[in-house]
Amino acid sequence: MSYVVCRVAALGARTMNQPALFPARAMRAARSGALIGAVVALGALLGGCNAVVLDPAGDVAKQQANLVVISTVLMLLIIVPVMALTVLFAWRYRQSNKEARYEPEWDHSTQLELLIWAAPLLIIICLGAITWTSTHLLDPYRPVSRVAKDQPVPADARPLEVEVVALDWKWLFIYPEYGIATVNELAAPVDRPINFRITSSSVMNSFYIPALAGQIYAMPGMETKLHAVLNKAGNYEGFSANYSGAGFSGMRFRFHGLDDVGFAAWVAKARAEKDRLDRKAYLELERPSENVPVRRFAAVDADLYDAVVNMCVEPGKMCMSEMMAIDAKGGLGKEGIRNVRQLTYDKHARRGAVLAPQPMMVGAVCAPPQPVKQAAAERPAPTGAPLTGAGLPRPGVIGGPPRASADAVVPRANNS
Amino acid sequence: MTVESTMENQYAALSPIFGRLSLESLPLHEPILVATFAAVALGSIALVGALTYFRLWGYLWKEWFTTVDHKRIGIMYMILGLVMLLRGFADAVMMRLQQAMAFNGSEGYLTAHHYDQVFTAHGVIMIFFVAMPFVTGLMNYVVPLQIGARDVSFPYLNNFSFWMTTAGAVLVMFSLFIGEFARTGWLAYPPLSNIGYSPDVGVDYYIWALQIAGVGTLLSGVNLVATIVKMRAPGMSMMKMPVFTWTALCTNVLIVAAFPVLTAVMALLSLDRYVGTNFFTNDFGGSPMMYVNLIWIWGHPEVYILILPLFGVFSEVTSTFTGKRLFGYTSMVYATVVITILSYIVWLHHFFTMGSGASVNSFFGITTMVISIPTGAKLFNWLFTMYRGRIRFELPMMWTVAFMLTFVVGGMTGVLLAVPPADFVLHNSLFLIAHFHNVIIGGVLFGLFAAINYWFPKAFGFRLDPFWGKVSFWAWVVGFWLAFMPLYVLGLMGVTRRMRVFDDPSLQIWFVIAAFGAALIAIGIAAMLVQFAVSYLKRDQLRDTTGDPWNGRTLEWSTSSPPPDYNFAFTPVIHDLDAWYDMKSRGYVRPTGGYRPIHMPKNTGTGVILAALSLGCGFGLVWYIWWLAALSFAGVLAVAIGHSFNYKRDFYIPAETVEKTEDERTRLLAAGA
Repeated sequence: MSYVVCRVAALGARTMNQPALFPARAMRAARSGALIGAVVALGALLGGCNAVVLDPAGDVAKQQANLVVISTVLMLLIIVPVMALTVLFAWRYRQSNKEARYEPEWDHSTQLELLIWAAPLLIIICLGAITWTSTHLLDPYRPVSRVAKDQPVPADARPLEVEVVALDWKWLFIYPEYGIATVNELAAPVDRPINFRITSSSVMNSFYIPALAGQIYAMPGMETKLHAVLNKAGNYEGFSANYSGAGFSGMRFRFHGLDDVGFAAWVAKARAEKDRLDRKAYLELERPSENVPVRRFAAVDADLYDAVVNMCVEPGKMCMSEMMAIDAKGGLGKEGIRNVRQLTYDKHARRGAVLAPQPMMVGAVCAPPQPVKQAAAERPAPTGAPLTGAGLPRPGVIGGPPRASADAVVPRANNS
Repeated sequence: MTVESTMENQYAALSPIFGRLSLESLPLHEPILVATFAAVALGSIALVGALTYFRLWGYLWKEWFTTVDHKRIGIMYMILGLVMLLRGFADAVMMRLQQAMAFNGSEGYLTAHHYDQVFTAHGVIMIFFVAMPFVTGLMNYVVPLQIGARDVSFPYLNNFSFWMTTAGAVLVMFSLFIGEFARTGWLAYPPLSNIGYSPDVGVDYYIWALQIAGVGTLLSGVNLVATIVKMRAPGMSMMKMPVFTWTALCTNVLIVAAFPVLTAVMALLSLDRYVGTNFFTNDFGGSPMMYVNLIWIWGHPEVYILILPLFGVFSEVTSTFTGKRLFGYTSMVYATVVITILSYIVWLHHFFTMGSGASVNSFFGITTMVISIPTGAKLFNWLFTMYRGRIRFELPMMWTVAFMLTFVVGGMTGVLLAVPPADFVLHNSLFLIAHFHNVIIGGVLFGLFAAINYWFPKAFGFRLDPFWGKVSFWAWVVGFWLAFMPLYVLGLMGVTRRMRVFDDPSLQIWFVIAAFGAALIAIGIAAMLVQFAVSYLKRDQLRDTTGDPWNGRTLEWSTSSPPPDYNFAFTPVIHDLDAWYDMKSRGYVRPTGGYRPIHMPKNTGTGVILAALSLGCGFGLVWYIWWLAALSFAGVLAVAIGHSFNYKRDFYIPAETVEKTEDERTRLLAAGA
């Protein structure tokens, strides 16, 4: 896109440098020169800008950018004629033009009516089909099936797992595979799929690295997922794309795309730090702070992220997973309502409703609280397999062996 | 397990008289606010002084504040919208300045505490207290005239609705000088808007301003639906209604169906904030996402509540100024109805990025795109109305063409945002900001300016000055493109909304261009105010005695300008669409005798009193001044019940008065002919 704009700008510049060969045209040339000058100025401006959304460095974002362009072109098919006709009709049927036909009673034409409903309909059918497939293929919950165009993910590739926590007002990244964590700095090796698991400690944020892939919200007590892959080494920007309070503007981080050696060095750098991110350190880190510099932790509590998702990092607080498990078995009964402790916000303030007792939280029943991975009932992750319609066999299976339906033949376990 | 009580109760210090209101609540440390307050105070003193000096209080109270005349209420709505537009636009200018300045390590001139209030207030004010009063005022003024009625179905309710909307606006204005406004964004998503993260009065101002104004909006919706359904002149079947009336009907159906959701979700949020329920909290099974769903189930229809009436305006204007019947009336009506229905099944497209599955996202993406089909059909209908017409480029028509060229771009980017994977990269970006300003300014505001220039002579008996109107037009249109096209570019550069400071210096030039655009828009607004003043001064030159300055086609142009209190001496009988055009072309002769007394509703001050009490109740609830809230609420009940025993609520305009008024018109028409 910026390439096209640059070409246009260059073309404009060249045209302007041409001498006006014909004096009769000099006037017109001067006028069009001014116009071209304006276009060039705009072109230079646009050429200078880095439209990262249209020219990203990750395969997912690249496909999303393509979709932006395709959809726009598809719609321009109808927008441009409409705009042209508006100007044309406005000019042609102006009052002073007595030569134009005037038919004050003409108000209906079945053919035209069909056309004006059918034309947008056709565009929307095309766009709808594109929407359906692309939404499924680019579902952030769907593991990436290719590293880049015509380059599928190798069968033995192990995706990089990153756990992301949006804090007030900084980002915490946990690398469970390496046992390290960083604040406001993210790194990943080029061409290795990345699986993000994302949550938030307090309010809603949105996790967005435009160069890598589309955004997804980070929400407290919930987990969202994002799958992406980076294709070009570089230093990119990431930030929160949903306003989250006073420190929101400073909630940005650098995302380093590194080669394998560089990434190993980056991990080693974190490991060389002294700090360790346990629950106590996390509660300290979680307090609101603004424009936080990069921090690295050499070690992380293994269950910290799951405790964050289940909102039970604080000592003595019941994990949501435990609460749901208890509730699924019928709950704690009437006595359960007394199993509460006082709740604080931001770990130091106690703010509750004016006409209610102080805010509470449910106390843990079994010590120590053990968060369960994947607490909330979540939808199954889409696989990388080709899309199929509901109830239809997968392509290539037609006429093949019947699909295994082990569940159907095995008698259900007797739970009573 | 016992409850620990180590920490102090933060509300222990509440004063029984002033609640949490204290001298510290006044923003004396904010120089911008102090200066604004001084200016507003001086302006108010001057205004009150002038009103007192010219002894206008009695006139205002008797003729305007207590009026139940739909025309005067309509005009008061428009004035409210205009005043609030100035406030909302001041917020916009502050944001543009801040974002153009805050580069290269500069923090700009606004603190986060102030800036976050500014963008929240801008959104809330522009939607609830500018666009809504404008649209409601327009429908109030025009609909009864277009359907040949003498007033709306419930005239007293109409007055009450207006004052409730005003009370909401006043409460928002209070927040500027007493305490603070919400720092949450205009939809106040929890958990941020919950008491835990927004313990101050801002969100409470937000809740109660919306609740009070919401009562007004809902009741005015009920009123206009009843009016359109029940009070059409004989012969005006549904398919002979003017298109503006059709769009007004659909809008008010949307209001009646959507605003209760807003009321409910605000009520739930206030329960969370006041009595410690857990609907939208993080703990105890609360679900902030439920709020997001509910608010958008109101919020998306709201977008169509705003735009549909203006679609109607463009239809009327195009047909009038091309001197042609509207092309494809039937498909126009069906398109409106289809949009009305579809607007309820698209809300999730506002949060594709919150983790819904691909099938859910696709469904809502596609339903959203489908709306562009009837909208596109409408655009073509206007286009083919121009085709083989004889277009007079008066101001309303100029605004309409500007709308057509601007709105399609906004529509296109809207459909683009409806493609979920595209939305994942553009959600919450400045591209989105550019998109919705593109449709709200390019659609709603341009339509309102068309409507104001179109119906002003009907309301006041003289036209608006075309020169200053054109200055305003060009400043607005160029200003709009200059202010918002850079935002599209910035969105594609990955810049998100509501940022206060930036660290990438290459972005600055675009914000500077946008700020220039805002300056041009400021000129546009100023030119519009000058246009009103100049037109008033030149009113004798611009006078229209015919009541039909544009060679109109619908019933409102059949009566005098301004119309008499009773609108029509005789209820017209309708035979065709474009009733007035039909009457004119069949050689209609205006009756000049045989008048009868006309039954009319009587003015009442109850609406003003109820709204003032509601304002007191809202203020009390915001500041935890319980006695004030309780007393005002009891007052609301008492006055409302008391008013229901007021049986002196109607009167007759004697036949002689009608005769005198109509004879005067006969004389004027004869003099003009």
